[in-house]
Formats: sequence, structure tokens, C-alpha cells
Amino acid sequence: MTKEYSNAIEVAGLTKTFNGTISVDDVSFAVQPGELFGFLGPNGAGKTTTINMLTGLARPDAGAIHIGGVDCTQQTRAAQHLIGVVPDESNLYPELTGFDNLCFCAALYGLPKRERQNRARRYLDTFGLTQAAERKFGGYSKGMKRKLTIAAGIIHNPEILFLDEPTTGLDVASARQIRQLLADLHHAGTTIFLTTHYIEEAERLCDRIAFIVRGRIVRIDTVENLMRQTEGRYVVEFAVSSHAAELCAAMMAEFSNLQCRTVAGGGIRVESSEPVRVGPLARFLEDHRAEVFEARKIRPSLEDVFVDITGIEAGVMKQEKEKVKAGGGA
Amino acid sequence: MKAWIAFWNILVKDMRSYYLKPPNISWGLLFPLVWMVMFFIRSGLGMERLADLLPGLVALSILFGTTSVLSVTVTFEKKGRSFERLLLAPISLKTLMLAKTSGAILFGTINALVPVFIAMFLTDLSAINWAILIPAMILIAVTSTFLGLFIAVSVKEVFEAQTFSNFFRFPMIFLCGLFFPLEQIPVWLRPLSYVLPLTYGADILRSAMGQVSSMSPVLDFGLLLVSCVFLFFVSLRNIRRKWIA
Repeated sequence: MTKEYSNAIEVAGLTKTFNGTISVDDVSFAVQPGELFGFLGPNGAGKTTTINMLTGLARPDAGAIHIGGVDCTQQTRAAQHLIGVVPDESNLYPELTGFDNLCFCAALYGLPKRERQNRARRYLDTFGLTQAAERKFGGYSKGMKRKLTIAAGIIHNPEILFLDEPTTGLDVASARQIRQLLADLHHAGTTIFLTTHYIEEAERLCDRIAFIVRGRIVRIDTVENLMRQTEGRYVVEFAVSSHAAELCAAMMAEFSNLQCRTVAGGGIRVESSEPVRVGPLARFLEDHRAEVFEARKIRPSLEDVFVDITGIEAGVMKQEKEKVKAGGGA
Repeated sequence: MKAWIAFWNILVKDMRSYYLKPPNISWGLLFPLVWMVMFFIRSGLGMERLADLLPGLVALSILFGTTSVLSVTVTFEKKGRSFERLLLAPISLKTLMLAKTSGAILFGTINALVPVFIAMFLTDLSAINWAILIPAMILIAVTSTFLGLFIAVSVKEVFEAQTFSNFFRFPMIFLCGLFFPLEQIPVWLRPLSYVLPLTYGADILRSAMGQVSSMSPVLDFGLLLVSCVFLFFVSLRNIRRKWIA
């Protein structure tokens, strides 16, 4: 695939306000051709609003957007020729079959009939949906719907693909299959802009990541550089029977070289710049009448970097998002 | 060519998914038929006077045929987010909305032919000027469809689309001179009649069927065309303002 532009996506000073509330605040970044760029942030951080502006579904109040070198705010249609979009919720036609949905989506990009049908068959096969090709989309399972929505987003072979939370709410097998597919597309040279709240997914797939909080980008870097921040950090997590907060405070008082905090599910997370010895800490907890169910050393991950940078617990973010999805929200 | 492929496929999908569904076809056939029988019985006229009722029935068939489905389906697709997929396609908003409305225009025009076809077997229609009637039916269908589009863009929920449609449609039955001359409408209500595009549509139909009309067909066509362009562009502006905000 030959690209005649230096940046696949270029955004400068992007701002959007809804009813007086700033949703996206002076956001700037650039995504290189062939790059898999992650856009991470908690619920309501401005991820979907940013995608909507980049894809022509919303107008920015201020700022410039260039998609494949085309000014998206002035030549939206030209920019839309280059992109494929997979929204956070499946938006295909429930009354059409899987095959007809793909053919219809291809027709929207002006593909001739035979080409549409060939591609539809090929993608149904790629996504393991050939058996369900003639079934109505409305009757598909959640995983199948997600796969077909992704197929519909790439049926016209876009150079740049926008994916909004592609694996949210999916079973493990489907999510894994979709991640593999994204990796394949990435290797094939497609530029991918991915929003997700699964930090481990972003860590595994992305070349670079932007963290967005309350409409502002707080950090953009390569996964490698971000992970460098965790070098020389040692983490141990304890699962204890009760009063985790009190135990945390007591541990900090006793062991001055440790940083302790409670984690979801009644645990204590201990961090240090030196290797942590589990034995003395477990004994300390037991001496304080706490039953220790589990103690495990943890390799610091991108999630820790995210928490450091944003101050938001990744687990809380994930739960929030799942709750919104279950409630039918965006 | 690419825009034409998209246009054609949107039209075909809408025809298959919405307009050619059995309940819609039966509604399209039954509705004008019931109104025809109702007004015929109520008027107490003989079969030879059936043609007098025809302009009103044709106008009514078009109005209900076009507005019933379009306002609901667009609202439904907007709510189900499948409309977003259309907005993401690299076609102009004008082309997209013309494609979305073409199904309704086609369905409304075919709907309008039902009472004419039935009347052919019951009375003499030799006075009809087909060269005026057919373009008039198409233009009324276009205007009514754009009224349906205007309604669809103004509401958020499917039930609101139905309520808002009826808010326009039912008064139009009595205010647009479909079944009795405008002169019989109270003077204070008449300005409202002249604001409603169907008034001019019904007037052309009367003229095309050899009956007395209030205005010249050219003026009727002109005013209908102005309404049509106005409704389409106001709807486009509202879509840009509300849906691509």
C-alpha cells in the first residue's frame, strides 16, 4: 500500500464543547502511516467524541484534522473514502443477513456488485461466519455481531481504521480472535486508531498510546517508553481477610521504604524501588490479626503507568465501562 | 458512478426492508380504498360522480403513503445507530437523503395510482389529462416525502414521529381542499390552507381531472416546487445541525 502522506492522522488543537461542558480540550497528536495507535481513557474522557470528529460524525468547535493529508473539516467526503469505522456498538441492519449487510456496506463505498459479493464471502470466511451468512444480523450472538461489524468496517479496504472499544463485553475466545485480526491488519499496513479501556489489550497491540483524561491528552508515548517507567519497581499484592485500609497504614508506618495502597476486592498493593521480601510482610499482616489468603509478586504493567499518570484505577475504569455497556449506553 | 451505486443500493435496501413488506403493501392498498368507499357512501353520489372524489383520494393516498414509513424508519435507524453508517459513507448528504427519500416517493406515487386504477373500472375517466396528472402525482409525492423527512429530523423517538406526522396530516385532510372546495373553509382558517403545500397539489389534481381549480396549474406547480425545495433544504440544515453537531 503506497501512502502519499507523512501522517495518516494529524490533529491540532481539537476542541469540542457540549452544552457548556468541554468534552475535548485542545487535543493534538499525529499518527504515522501503518501505526497502531491506542487512545486510552476512562469513561467520558472524550474518546468517542474525538473519534466522531475524526470520522466526520461531529464538527469540532476549534482545531484542525487531516486524515491522509485531507482536511477532514473541509473535505469530509474525501477523507471518508480513506477510512473505515467500527463503532463501540454494532450498527448494522438487524433485518438484513450477514452477507447482505456486508454487500450493502461495500456498496456505500461504490464497489461494483461482483466485487462486493466476493469480498463479503471472503470476510465472512475470515471471521468464521460463513455458516451464518444467510442468517439475519438481528439473530447473531454478541461476538458474531462484533465480528461482522468489524468486517463491515474494513470491507472497502480502508487505509485508516478507527475502532472504538472493539472487544468490550465479548467472551475471551471472541476477544482473542478480534485482537489477532487487528494484529494481522496492522502487519498488512493498515493504520489503526484504537480506543479501549482494556489496558493490557493496548499494551499488547499498540505501537504508541495516548492517555486522555477529562478531554485532555496527558501523555503520548511508545509502549516501550511508557513501560520503561516501571523499570526498578517491585510490586507484591496481598489478599487479606479484612481491614485492608488500616493494615495499609500500619505497614507504611513500619516499613518506610514501601508504598502501600488498597486495591479492589480487599487487597493490599505494596510497591518498592527495591525487591520486596514477601515473608516479613506476610508475618506482619498475620501479627495484626489479618488472614493472608494470597501473596503474589506482580510484574509492573502499563496499567501501573496509567494509574501513575492519570490517578485513575484501571479496574474501576473497566468496571464503569462494563456497567455502561450492560445498561445499553455508549 | 460510485455515488450512484451507493444511491441505488440505499434505495433498493429501503424498498426491500420497509416499503415492500406485506403490512405496508396492504396498508397502501387498503387505506385509499377505505377512504374512497367512506367518502363515496357519505357523499351519496352516483357512480358517475366518483371522479369528483378522485383528486382528494389521490392526494390523501400520496400523503399517507409517503409520510407513514419515512418518518418512522429514519427515526428508527437514527435510534438504532445504523443511520450513522450512512453518514460515514463518502457520499454527499444531499445524495444520501435523496436516496433515503426515493423509496417513499416511489411508494407514494404507486399508492396514488391505486384509487385511479380502481376508478377506471367504475367510472369514465376520459377527462383526465395524464400529462398533468402523472407529474403532479410525482411532485406531490416528493413534497409529502420531504415533509416526512422534516418530521423525522425534528423528533428523537419513533412514537414522536407518528404523533408529529398526524399533527400535520389530519388537519391537512380538511384544510387543503381535498374533499370540499377551499371556499367552504372558514375565512380565518384559509391562510393556513395556503401555507400547506398539499392545497396546491390537490388543486393541480382537480385541474388534471377536468374539474374546477382555484389557481392555474403553472402557479400550483411552482408553489409546490418551492415548498419541496424549502422542506428539503431545511431538513438538510437540521440534519447538519442536529446529527452532525
